[in-house]
Amino acid sequence: MAAVSLRRILLAALVVVGAALGLLKAEAADRTPVPQPVKPATAEKCVADTQFMRRNHMKMLLHQRDETMHEGIRTKQYSLANCVSCHAVKGADGKPVVYSDPKHFCRTCHSYAAVRIDCFECHASRPEEKAKAADASAGSRDAALSALSAHVAEMKR
Amino acid sequence: MSDGGNDMIAPDRRALLKSAVGLATTTIAPGVTLYAFGVAEVGAKPADQAVTSAKRWGLLIDINKCPPGCDKCVTACSEENGWKSSGHPETDAQWIRKVTLRDPRTGVKREAPAMCQHCASPPCVDVCPTGASFKRADGIVLVDKHICIGCRYCMMACPYKARSFVHEEHDDQKVEAPRGKGTVESCTFCVTRVDAGRIPACVEACAAKAGAAMTFGDLNDPASDVSKALASGASAQIRADLGLDPGVRYRNL
Ligand code: SF4
Ligand code: SF4
Repeated sequence: MAAVSLRRILLAALVVVGAALGLLKAEAADRTPVPQPVKPATAEKCVADTQFMRRNHMKMLLHQRDETMHEGIRTKQYSLANCVSCHAVKGADGKPVVYSDPKHFCRTCHSYAAVRIDCFECHASRPEEKAKAADASAGSRDAALSALSAHVAEMKR
Repeated sequence: MSDGGNDMIAPDRRALLKSAVGLATTTIAPGVTLYAFGVAEVGAKPADQAVTSAKRWGLLIDINKCPPGCDKCVTACSEENGWKSSGHPETDAQWIRKVTLRDPRTGVKREAPAMCQHCASPPCVDVCPTGASFKRADGIVLVDKHICIGCRYCMMACPYKARSFVHEEHDDQKVEAPRGKGTVESCTFCVTRVDAGRIPACVEACAAKAGAAMTFGDLNDPASDVSKALASGASAQIRADLGLDPGVRYRNL
């Protein structure tokens, strides 16, 4: 009886030590960082709050998709094109990146969650360049901002 | 969506409704202005309303006004919808093409643009095993690429060879013309433009840069440009013997 309980205690101790080691190992090896998708600079808020969007964006897109395709209902609010244009992320060349780039807004979470989407096999994954004028003005605003911050830094010195 | 989910968006819904109303008025307003200036336009429907069978979109092409060698309509379509040569002419997509008709006896040649004829009884829809090929209430025949499995039965069934299969992957699509590998596509009558009250890109380009050979509009409305043009003289359907009632008609063919 005593021998059995001793064995049990030993076993339990082994398991605990093993688990602790495992944990240590897991922490030592870099974990995949939790994605931090970039908030769009142009819009103040999304069409619904973040928690709702996280869970339901796919349902909204699916619903809108059938209505648009078959009935020609083209409200902008929940359209994929609208998501893509608000959530465009600029790449190194200053142009919005396509889905094949890991920085793409949709990609950041979908890679993390290992959920493969095929929206962008057909749909454009970045807004059209038509918005050149808007982009240019945003660019000059950025330039003005950085000039201002440089100036402020000068003043502080 | 669960009831809980609905509760969650309830406060936002009012805002959404409000903004939808705003949208409708802004889209209607430019339409009215366009009418006032007489620019080609076909009457916008509010973005939040479904298309109905009250309209049937159609096109009349006057071959006499279509000069040989001109391909303004083809270029305009390719630019609008983002299809172009991939270096494989045998399989490249063609939403619209110029065809040459030659009378073997006299040698007389004519040229005509050909695209999906938006048949009222479309064989492509009949044969499609998935329901991806469908005809909208307003007569525009489309492929729902979300459903298309790329079997290409519709390409076989179409008597006008109007459909193409996409063989390559793409990441440079136009926002309003999704297209991707493994699905079939064809002329959409520029459906997003039409829904916004505009005319197809080919028609616009032909009017602006070429002979204005194309007239687009609602075949059900006797006062529309296309109905008036059709009423003013003879016109023909390609392969009228098939009884498909195409939405595209030709004059002086
Ligand atoms: S022309 Fe061909 S693709 Fe277009 S509706 Fe008729 S059968 Fe279908
Ligand atoms: S290729 Fe697509 S649209 Fe054509 S018949 Fe097959 S499933 Fe239908």
